[in-house]
Amino acid sequence: MLKVRNLHARVAGREILKGIDLNVKRGEVHAIMGPNGSGKSTLARVLAGHPEYEVTEGEVQFESKDLLDMDPEVRAREGVFLAFQYPVEIAGVNNAYFLKSALNTVRKERGLQELDAMEFLTLVRARMKELDMDESFLNRPVNESFSGGEKKRNEIFQMAVLEPKLCVLDETDSGLDIDALKVVSQGVNMMRSPDRAFVLVTHYQRLLNYIVPDHVHVLSEGRIVRSGGKELALELEDKGYSWLEQPAGAR
Amino acid sequence: MSTATETIEELANREYKHGFITDVEQELIPRGLSEDVVRLISSKKNEPQWLLDWRLQAYRVWLTMKEPTWGNVKFDKIDYQDMIYYAAPKPKKQLSSMDEVDPEIRATFEKLGIPLHEQKIMSGVAVDAVFDSVSVATTFKEKLADIGVIFCSFSEAVHNHPELIKKYLGTVVPYTDNFYATLNSAVFSDGSFAYIPKGVRCPMELSTYFRINAQNTGQFERTLIVAEEGAYVSYLEGCTAPMRDENQLHAAVVELVALDNATIKYSTVQNWYPGDKNGKGGIYNFVTKRGLCAGTASKITWTQVETGSAITWKYPGCILKGDNSIGEFYSVATTNNWQQADTGTKMIHIGKNTKSTIVSKGISAGQGQNTYRGLVRIAKGATGAHNYSQCDSLLIGDKCGAHTFPYLEIRNTSATVEHEASTSKIGEDQIFYCRQRGLSTEDAVNMIVSGFCKDVFRQLPMEFAVEAQKLLSVSLEGSVG
Repeated sequence: MLKVRNLHARVAGREILKGIDLNVKRGEVHAIMGPNGSGKSTLARVLAGHPEYEVTEGEVQFESKDLLDMDPEVRAREGVFLAFQYPVEIAGVNNAYFLKSALNTVRKERGLQELDAMEFLTLVRARMKELDMDESFLNRPVNESFSGGEKKRNEIFQMAVLEPKLCVLDETDSGLDIDALKVVSQGVNMMRSPDRAFVLVTHYQRLLNYIVPDHVHVLSEGRIVRSGGKELALELEDKGYSWLEQPAGAR
Repeated sequence: MSTATETIEELANREYKHGFITDVEQELIPRGLSEDVVRLISSKKNEPQWLLDWRLQAYRVWLTMKEPTWGNVKFDKIDYQDMIYYAAPKPKKQLSSMDEVDPEIRATFEKLGIPLHEQKIMSGVAVDAVFDSVSVATTFKEKLADIGVIFCSFSEAVHNHPELIKKYLGTVVPYTDNFYATLNSAVFSDGSFAYIPKGVRCPMELSTYFRINAQNTGQFERTLIVAEEGAYVSYLEGCTAPMRDENQLHAAVVELVALDNATIKYSTVQNWYPGDKNGKGGIYNFVTKRGLCAGTASKITWTQVETGSAITWKYPGCILKGDNSIGEFYSVATTNNWQQADTGTKMIHIGKNTKSTIVSKGISAGQGQNTYRGLVRIAKGATGAHNYSQCDSLLIGDKCGAHTFPYLEIRNTSATVEHEASTSKIGEDQIFYCRQRGLSTEDAVNMIVSGFCKDVFRQLPMEFAVEAQKLLSVSLEGSVG
């Protein structure tokens, strides 16, 4: 589904990604781990097409299409979803309106009929119930005066409604208490399916207790320095990152 | 009286007899402003002596006045002697179909979702019998007359209801008020008059009628609305369709009078030609609007959506004279490209327990400069007065500007005055967030902007609000790359 080849990217003139290779198949869950500043979040943003990041080399294919050639909204409509590390507030725009506009844009692109208000409400109510969210969420302005946990849950809620093919979660677990972490994980697990893939960017192994990955990759200084199964995460938990933080060629 | 004046007057009267819809007639009016020109305007309109006297008084005061320079706007000096102050209403060139209308204007009509028959009327395309503007207007008028509501052009009112005009003209905006209002008083061309009798709730928004009939009212428009005890009226001025005009200066005056327990809602959507992308051309919109809450518990609400004009200079205000009276001002002003706006309100609290609310939303894009200027004055006797002001600015891009000048004059210690202000920028992050959910950049900006303006839009009558929202997106088109 997602093929990343030798991806280099920079922001504000500084090279952050220095040749990433990643292969994500349908149904798989990949965890991207690594210390602060290793390029984890950059990878997530580059996949979503954040305009501040410039790809200098390499290619990314999504469902055999050139992902890097697409505008962010086109990627979204094709089925790439990014759960933001810091979800953005939009004053005066209520959550339901925002999500309905997004959903209908995406549906239109996929050749599906746009949902009217009633159909939309039926859909979102079902999702909210599954995620144990209060319906008052719908009428509140997007992320405005949401607590950190609420913002993250709102991201997962949007993901559940938009039903993307590839879900990229950028440190969704950071700043969550254990209850919120469970809710978020439950949402992700619920959405796991043979047709959908996940890329989880996380600093801590903790999240992976709840969402068990198929593959774990460790990023350091813009490169994947180690890949393995779910046991790699436990090893990291045990030893920390420092034992990996040396140029790949030195070991 | 000089012979020259007599000759001109004579000519004028003769013209009037013959009807003045000829091109030749226009040439008779010289450029520039003088007492003779004021007399000429008055005589062309066949006005009574008292109105001519009023105009002349205004003219003489105007001669002693200087243009205000305190506005946060820049423009070349206006040559008042180079303008033509009276042009007979010329019928628009009749077009036979919409195909003859400028494609750019047509495209805007489409974007705004203006019904086809209104598009035709506004473009001067001949309309079929069903939508004939005259018959529509007549139907409305009859319906209104049944309940005693007077709604007509200002000139008609001068002839048919002189006692009302005489009683209220200049009572809210006196002819000595300010440079532009005084100029208007001397040379006003036409405008609207509405009168709602005691206890009557005007059953329709005075809108559709106005939209169709407001064409060619000229550059010095004058509007007077009077709501008697317990009356209610909602008045919509302007039009979301793009308005082009050869006159650069527009100096209108609007006066509202609300008696005991009366309510006037006055909503404006202003979309005059803003000039091109390089700041060339565009209308100077220098307007004086004021409402007098004369009676106990009277209420006046100004709602404005200002997207057009090269320069906007207007401060719709309320004089809260009656005890327990209420004044409200809700404003959205956008400036894109090289537009400049210096707008706000004046709330003058005189009566006891008077209350005012100010919600101002300024949006700047391109090189636009947007200034909020507001005065809240609490007079000595205004015990228990209350004001709440909220001024928010939204910046799109980094070449535009937002400025806020709130003035407070409080002479009564029992008053409560609250002021909140904020400035925010549409961030790349906000736009990226929306795009990541599948929305286009344009939709993202529209959504963010309409969220920002929500408190004002909800004051507008429903269908107007929808149009205003679309208008905003059209006027901000291309502001984010």
